[in-house]
Order: sequence, then C-alpha cells, then structure tokens
Amino acid sequence: MKPIPQEPPRDHMFLNMGPSHPAMHGIIKIQLELDGETIVGSQVEIGYLHRGFEKTCENRTYTQVIPYTDRLNYVSPLINEVGFCLAVEKLFGLNVTRRCQYIRVLMSEISRITDHLTCIGASAMELGAVSAFLYLIKARETLYDLIEEVSGARVMPNYIRVGGLKSDLPEGFEERTRLAMGEVRSVLDETHRLLTRNRIFVDRLSGLGVISAEDAVSHGFTGPCLRSTGIGYDVRQAEPYLVYDRLDFDVPVGETGDNYDRYLVRMEEMKQSLRIIEQCLAQMPQGPYQVDLDGREMTPSEVIEGMKAKPPLQPIRQARIRLSPDLEGTEKRSVQDVVADDKTVVFPPKEDTYGNIEGLMQHFKLVMYGHGIRPPRGEVYQAVEGGNGELGFYLVSDGTDLPYRLRCRGPCFHLMSGLSTMIEGETVADVVPTFGSINMIGGELDR
Amino acid sequence: MSSSPTPELLDKLAERLGSHLLRRDAFRGEATVVVAPQAWLETCRFLKEDPELAFGLLVDLTVVDLQALGGSPRFELVAHLYSIRKRHRIRLKTPVPEDQAQVPSLTPLWKNANWLEREAWDMFGVRFLGHPELRRILLYPEFEGHPLRRDYPLRKRQPLVAERDVEEPRSMVSEPVRYPVDPRFKTFGV
Repeated sequence: MKPIPQEPPRDHMFLNMGPSHPAMHGIIKIQLELDGETIVGSQVEIGYLHRGFEKTCENRTYTQVIPYTDRLNYVSPLINEVGFCLAVEKLFGLNVTRRCQYIRVLMSEISRITDHLTCIGASAMELGAVSAFLYLIKARETLYDLIEEVSGARVMPNYIRVGGLKSDLPEGFEERTRLAMGEVRSVLDETHRLLTRNRIFVDRLSGLGVISAEDAVSHGFTGPCLRSTGIGYDVRQAEPYLVYDRLDFDVPVGETGDNYDRYLVRMEEMKQSLRIIEQCLAQMPQGPYQVDLDGREMTPSEVIEGMKAKPPLQPIRQARIRLSPDLEGTEKRSVQDVVADDKTVVFPPKEDTYGNIEGLMQHFKLVMYGHGIRPPRGEVYQAVEGGNGELGFYLVSDGTDLPYRLRCRGPCFHLMSGLSTMIEGETVADVVPTFGSINMIGGELDR
Repeated sequence: MSSSPTPELLDKLAERLGSHLLRRDAFRGEATVVVAPQAWLETCRFLKEDPELAFGLLVDLTVVDLQALGGSPRFELVAHLYSIRKRHRIRLKTPVPEDQAQVPSLTPLWKNANWLEREAWDMFGVRFLGHPELRRILLYPEFEGHPLRRDYPLRKRQPLVAERDVEEPRSMVSEPVRYPVDPRFKTFGV
C-alpha cells in the first residue's frame, strides 16, 4: 500500500460523484481526485442500499425468501429465483421435471434479455441517445408482458418455487413468445443501426474503461464484463445447470475489455438468448409426461410396471396441461407437470388444498410457522449465470425450516471493486459510460 | 452441475497441507477442505499458483457464525474458489475463534479480497491481518456491533449519529501522477 500524504497536492481537486447523481443509477458515491479533468485517484463507496438481505433471510422460511430474491437484481429477477431454488433443491438432492427445467431456462433467458436491454438502453441514454433508450425499453416492455402473463407481475414475478414452479405456462404462450421474439430481434437490429457504428457513441466507448484479463480475474469479474476481456467463462457453459447442456448457444467474447466490447458482448448475448428461447420452445416436452423419482423419463411399460408395484410408485403423472383463469394456474392439471413429486417440498394443487384433508395438511405443513420446508443438514453453493455474471447462493442448513446461513454472491460487488482501476487515468466524463457498462444494480450490490 | 477437483488433486492438496488439513468432506458433489488458520494464506496461494489446481478466481469469501449450532470455535471463514481453466470448484474453510478473530488477509493474492474482507469485518467482526484498509463497507462507521452474528437481535435499533464535520479530503495518490493527455483532445487544439 502506498503511503497517503496528509496534504493533497495543491492542484488536485476533489469531486464527489453521487450518492445522488443522475448518472449514478442506484445510489453510490465515487470520490474522484482530479488533475484538471483527468482522474488520478478514486474511491468507490457502496452500501447506501444495504437492507440486511442475508440477516432477513436467516429469519425467514425458505419459501418466504423467494420473493425477496427478486429484489436482488431487479431487472432480471427470475434468474435470482432460479438460483435460490436450485440451491435449496441441491440441499434436498431433488430433481425437477424436464418441462419445469425448460420453463426455468426460458424465463431466465427472457430475464437476461430484459437485463441487457436495460443496461444498453440506460447507458445509451446517458450518452444522449434517448431514442435508442426508448426503443430498447419498448422491447423490454413486450418481455415484461410475457412475464406478467406467466407470473402475474411485471417486475417482481415470484414465479419459481422450490421443487417446481407456481404454475405452468398459459395457453397460447408459445405464439406470443415468438411474436415478442420477433419484435425484440427487430429492435436489436435497429439498435445496431443506431448505435454500433454511430461515431459519437463509438468515440465515447471504445478504448475507455479498459481492464486487462488478469485484473478482471483478480477482481472476481464474471459475466459480460469478464467476457469482454477475452475470457469465455459462462456458468451456463462451464457448469451447465438445468438443461443448458441440451441447448446450442455461443458465448461471445471481446478482445480489449473496453466499454465498446462490453456493449458488443451484451448485444450478441441477447441474440444468443433468443436462440436459446426458440430451442426451448421447440424442445419443451408437452402434454402427457411421466417421470420417475430421479426426474428420468419413463416409458409406458415402466409406468404400467410402476402402477403394479406395491405401494404404487407415486410420481407418475399423466395429466394434460390446461390453464383456467381461476385459481391462478395452480390447479392440478396445470401444476402436475412442472412440480417435483415431493410432498415435503412442493405445494399441493389448489383443489387438494381446498378439497381434501391431505391437501389441506400438506399446504399447512409448508406454510405454518415452525413447519415449512426442511432440507437436510449440509451446505451447498449453487451458481447460475445472472445478467451481470455468476450469481451464487451459499446455503448452510441446520435441518430446520429457516436457512442457518444464506450468502448471496452478487456479481456487481466484484465488478464495482474493479471500477477504480477502470476509471483512473481517464476524464470525468468517461466515468458515465464506464459505470454504465458495468451495469451496477444496487439491490444486488448492497443486498 | 458443479464439479469438484479429481480425487488425485485433492490427495495432492492433502499431502501438501499435512497436519494443517483439519477435515475434508464432500456433500452433493462439492468438495470442502478445512485448513488450520495459520495455513490459510499459504493454502490459498498454493491453490492459486499450482498449475494443476489453478484456482484463479476467488468467487466468494464469507463467514459462518456457528454459535447457534454450538460450534467451537465460533466462526468459520469460507472461501469459494473456481478455476476457469480447469473448470473445477472447491470450498475452503478455516475455523476462527471468537476471542482471537483474526486471519491473514488474502489481499496479496486477489484484488477482490479487499472488499470481501471488509464485508466480513463489517458483518461478523473478523479481522484480517495485513489488510490495507480494514473498515466497514456496507454499513456506516458509527454502527455498533456486527449484524450477521447470531447474537445480534433481528430488530435491534441503532443510536442516531450526530452530524459529521466535513473533512478535508485526503489525497489518494502518493506522488504526482501525470497521465498522458487523451489523443482525442488534440483535434481541438488542446
């Protein structure tokens, strides 16, 4: 560590950027030491949005944590839910049905597109390109409509459940998704025409906010910011979870690690996400569908044998999926294909909750204080690829219904720790695009 | 699925650690290695620099307070490491007693250890020896206690903080730095 002199050099000026500054979306303070207009030193101060996420979660049941994870990265909330639910399922050693896995991937990728659209739109707007922002936010709105249709909420979906989903996809979802995908694709083309070769935009981005691959790894960078430096680490590809190993997609990497590369990586990732969504729609198993206890598909003869067994194998499901507007899609025929068969974890269909004593008790056992989901003792770490990089949940269970320790590894925290190295040596005006290309999300950074 | 290093690599690590290896287990396919606190920094250095292990990425660093589980010593420092090149993951832990809650800092190895250790100090009150500026990161300096400790009440109120005097900012650079002028400005005749 360099010694810090008590007297600042005479010609240096100090400037506080934030905590309340139009370009600091989210609240953050960057203290800059300036020589003329050049930044010679900087200090990033975070914590303005600290809400005690981990402490709160340690005093809530596993089910109660799910809506709270939405508030971490609030532009891609479904990925947070998927990450948390996968971590709890890993504690149980529980497998979810294939259809549920596809739906989770589908929703994650929709969320990733909303995340990147917001990031690019906001950083373009900060550089004066308001029309690009409006187009991108319009495209995001069509995706929010899809999420709303599935979960009932635009921004805070609360859709993924431990062991499954709240409900199956509504009828006609596939066509509407294809329509929305077409719209997003045309907006991406338009954005490419508006921005990618735009002289003003390129000048403000290229060669600025550079970070080397070594520094990026040392700072714990993941996601688009790491990939812009040329390292192609993507959790979806390196450690495929859900059904990512069955899907064909590329991981785009940059070369120089500057703001322009981060912009291009994000643009390309959205295209890849569109590809993934289309594959999911094509591959997703429909209708009658049987799985065994390990989530493996069963042949009809195996099903018959399973029915003969004494006691009959429980997890044989054959219901067709149709969604009715009442009961919010949680009735038997629409949830059976998307929830795991473990009564200690998943909620019963609403007919059972209201219709028979077993369903009522199963529901109560999961909801009532002091009961709830009880994973076995142990600890797991589950990583998923969030909008900004590796989003990890480290869970320690003591066998009760409350997580003993829940640690959220948000990618933003690590990205922000590297901000100083990215802005030093550049001018004050360059802080805005560099900070924008990091895509800091306060909810995830400060937890 | 996350993958733990191969058993041979784990054996190699165990051999290297010798008596400093306190425990080693696997749960749901994840390898956990518990080392003695005095070997913390050296183990991390070995894991990072050994070409076969090559754990270049410090994914996460956090603390677990074992008080409510009756664990002794009270804290456990947990690091998650990942190797981008070898695509394997490991969880490294070390026990930290409450009365002597200090461990060597990992800042010489990873740059993000700086903030992660500041957070661990902020939330749990674990000190890191050799950390350049161990101060609170998410909470404010006047905060009393360390909130993620199990004995910190969920609804505890903190006293109001008096208005601070504006401090004269201190320079963040030790010697005068002259960065080259951005070539783009030359077009404007600067």
